[in-house]
Amino acid sequence: MATTKKKMVQWDPAHVKAELLSKYPTKVARKRSKQIMINEALENETPEITANVRTTPGIITMRGCTYAGCKGVIMGPTRDIVNIVHGPIGCSFYAWLTRRNQTDAGTDGANYMNYCFSTDMQDSDIIFGGEKKLAQAIQEAYDLFHPRSIAVFATCPVGLIGDDIHTVTKRMKEKFGDCNVYAFSCEGYKGVSQSAGHHIANNQVFRHIVGENDAEKPGKYKINLLGEYNIGGDGFEIDRIFKKCGITNIATFSGNSTYDQFASAHKADLNAVMCHRSINYVADMLETKYGIPWIKVNFIGADATAKSLRKIAQYFGDQEFIDQVEAVIAEEMPKVLEARADVRTRTEGKTAMMFLGGSRAHHYQELFAEMGMKVISAGYEFAHRDDYEGRQVIPDLKVDADSRNIEELEVEADETRFKPRKSVEEIKALEDAGYEFKKYDGLLPDMDKDTLIIDDLNQYEAEKMVELMKPDIFCAGIKEKYSIQKLGVPMKQLHSYDSGGPYAGFKGAVNFYHEIDRLVNSKVWSYMKAPWQNNPQLSASYGCE
Amino acid sequence: MLLRHTPKEITERSALMINPAKTCQPIGAMYAALGIHGCLPHSHGSQGCCAYHRSALTRHYKEPVSAATSSFTEGSSVFGGQANMLQAIENIFAVYNPVIIAAHTTCLSETIGDDLKQIRKKAITEGKIPEGKYMISASTPSYVGSHVTGFSNMVKSMAGLAESTGKKNGKVNVIPGWVEPSDMEEIKRLTNMLGVKTILFPDTSGVLNGPLSGEYKMFPDGGTTVEELISAGDSIGTLALGEWCSGDAARTLDTQNKVPCQVLDMPFGLKATDRFIDALRIMGGVTVPDELSMERGQLVDMISDMHQYLYHKKVALVGDPDQLIAMTEFLVSMDMCPVHIVTGTPGKAFEARIKEITKDMPFEVNVKAKGDMFLLHQWIKNEPVDLIMGNTYCKYIARDEDIPLVRWGFPILDRQGHQYFPTVGYKGALRLLEKILGALQDRKDRDDPETTFELVL
Repeated sequence: MATTKKKMVQWDPAHVKAELLSKYPTKVARKRSKQIMINEALENETPEITANVRTTPGIITMRGCTYAGCKGVIMGPTRDIVNIVHGPIGCSFYAWLTRRNQTDAGTDGANYMNYCFSTDMQDSDIIFGGEKKLAQAIQEAYDLFHPRSIAVFATCPVGLIGDDIHTVTKRMKEKFGDCNVYAFSCEGYKGVSQSAGHHIANNQVFRHIVGENDAEKPGKYKINLLGEYNIGGDGFEIDRIFKKCGITNIATFSGNSTYDQFASAHKADLNAVMCHRSINYVADMLETKYGIPWIKVNFIGADATAKSLRKIAQYFGDQEFIDQVEAVIAEEMPKVLEARADVRTRTEGKTAMMFLGGSRAHHYQELFAEMGMKVISAGYEFAHRDDYEGRQVIPDLKVDADSRNIEELEVEADETRFKPRKSVEEIKALEDAGYEFKKYDGLLPDMDKDTLIIDDLNQYEAEKMVELMKPDIFCAGIKEKYSIQKLGVPMKQLHSYDSGGPYAGFKGAVNFYHEIDRLVNSKVWSYMKAPWQNNPQLSASYGCE
Repeated sequence: MLLRHTPKEITERSALMINPAKTCQPIGAMYAALGIHGCLPHSHGSQGCCAYHRSALTRHYKEPVSAATSSFTEGSSVFGGQANMLQAIENIFAVYNPVIIAAHTTCLSETIGDDLKQIRKKAITEGKIPEGKYMISASTPSYVGSHVTGFSNMVKSMAGLAESTGKKNGKVNVIPGWVEPSDMEEIKRLTNMLGVKTILFPDTSGVLNGPLSGEYKMFPDGGTTVEELISAGDSIGTLALGEWCSGDAARTLDTQNKVPCQVLDMPFGLKATDRFIDALRIMGGVTVPDELSMERGQLVDMISDMHQYLYHKKVALVGDPDQLIAMTEFLVSMDMCPVHIVTGTPGKAFEARIKEITKDMPFEVNVKAKGDMFLLHQWIKNEPVDLIMGNTYCKYIARDEDIPLVRWGFPILDRQGHQYFPTVGYKGALRLLEKILGALQDRKDRDDPETTFELVL
């Protein structure tokens, strides 16, 4: 097995790729070969990367399931919705407070995030059907809590036995009158990864909640922040900056969110998309139905934050607002630059690997670049090709059997509420000035030539990469953490951050600099061998000599 | 308040479980399988099951947990998962090369009726399991029992490997149940001290409490070897610790290999450890060394020294049946009063046993198998306690109600030590006692007014 001994300075990407594939049976090697790409290599046999395809059974993947994407990622951070998982107990148990989504419900606001709700299906429910039990569970939740809303999540057996959760929830909604009840058909076996669950969650939130509250929202420069999950308090830091700039955040999808935020999302004038993979569906639907344009932003990295704020200000075009944003950036940046200059003396030239999610392996490149560190290999766990290559490839994406199972919501302009936020001329003027709407270039353009881009990395490949390329830090999730660290290489979880955060915004950037500095320069990595292991020969000498 | 919506008034719930005191079978099967040397656990279901179990175990042990999955898609859910499983077996032996695959089912594969035993036969016929390699399987539907049931089912499958050669090996099988790697290590220390040769299975010591040395071993040095499991059929007897976790495996060895068994409680606390040591002594035909009597005496000494802080203190407990039975007995044996006891694992026998242990206690006991932590919290609101003992999720109740908490059980996600320091045996009981006293006395020091604040406790 692998050990990290001497630092290898040079590695050849083609050699690394060949090594990764060498142990696989032929069929697996052929498939993996298309998911391992040498960036910008001219004679690369895989000019495009294969992504969003099935993981080969038996290969230890980092991926989870559709339920995890729907309940865990998108709906997990909502605090005033009672999220009931319809299924055996495990699915609800594992998603119980494990993602470090933070929320602020004040001292008396509704907050069900610390609770775990399940119908705890038994074998009799599997045999005779679980609809009655589900209806009863919804009733009990309503009687106990009188929540604004109850959401129901399907787990694998629910789809197999044919429980009609949508009819049950519809009936309960009508019965209660004052509680919106709806369901998500997010059985774990659907799709090929969490990604399918994001899509299912987006569809139902849009169908059942968005647009429910037409009351005018006070404030100027109203936006929605899409794809921000407030892990480790990221959303709190972004909201702090927004407030300072005078930006009104109508709804965050879905960190620190409430039902009413979703219900009022159509009142915003711009959608700022953080995690493109998990939420771009809602952005598209909000534009089609209500006329709200969307832009890609990134609040991971101080420079990226400044750039994103300027982008928002430019959209509204109000000089006072633009000046305020500049004033905030000017006020926040000195501390960031001071911290950056300090850590850079210790981090410059170090290397990182990142295998995460569907956007994070891209977003965090900015932070590493700010520290003078190079990302030598990266990839996503559940992305689609557009997250690697950019949105321009969407029309060419193959719709395979697994994608076809996931509903595509047909959305049309709302008869009364569709209102283009900018006229065609205004949009054109902005675009002529270099402004980009609905644009996401993906990960590849931001990675250096000859770096390795790998989709759906697995445990064997991770270990092999660390052995061959010897990064100074590796970033992935909890399952990968300790096998990497056993090799003597620090590992940072960038799904839930281990501990700590926020890493978004200006304060977050400083936190991240310190965290990475701590990890790559920790003394602990020098303690791997005991003195007698480093120098096993016996050589005696007398003390008096 | 973290659990601000939990009302004091208890209403009957028949369908909604809130804040469960259990999770599902497969994770137990996965944990048990990690106690076999050279074993790769395999989850026959959707990817998410495997990902969730690996994550939960990793968060608890802070160690790598490798396991493979059949990665079901909608197609395999309709047409059956046999093709996925066969492909997985082939890939696992090619890429990871374990000695043995221990596969378990999930609610998904159980609902569609996949039969792992039959798939294993097919894999053997097709030559997919190389010479000298093994595969075992356990049926672990998530909608029956709990994580404890899944653990028990996989341990039973391990017992299925046992063979009888007709020649006894002079060893005693010890089935420790779902305890920490540190506890398994402690059980081995105790049996060594007595001079009884044992086969301990499963054994996660050295697997889930490994060192950091710059080397990653996908299959660490620890774990019960397949050879030992095969040889378990020739042992002179079996001691199963905990009816829920270990009883079935012990009885399998009894009927399948005619190895007589005795099912004991898990050795938490004074009396259960006494019974374990005594049973081991008799089965192994040895005398108990003085050092062990010394350890026992030290425990009794500490109980007597600190009895005033323990006497009639009310405790709320949540955990798994085997552990709770022994812990309840331990607390009662020190004149403490476990008044609220909840487990998520169903079984009437549990409630009866707890009632029996607590029958002479001066307080009524609330006990529920098939309960949840929402109910436990409501009980606490109605009758407050001095101490809570249970997994990390208890800290939400502990903070809201301002009650000291001793972390004990699974999962412990926010404190360390459980992997390394045992709570079984006399030494383990001393450690438990140290933790209980620490929590109670820290609270006393925090709450005593300045006038009565004391230096010596």
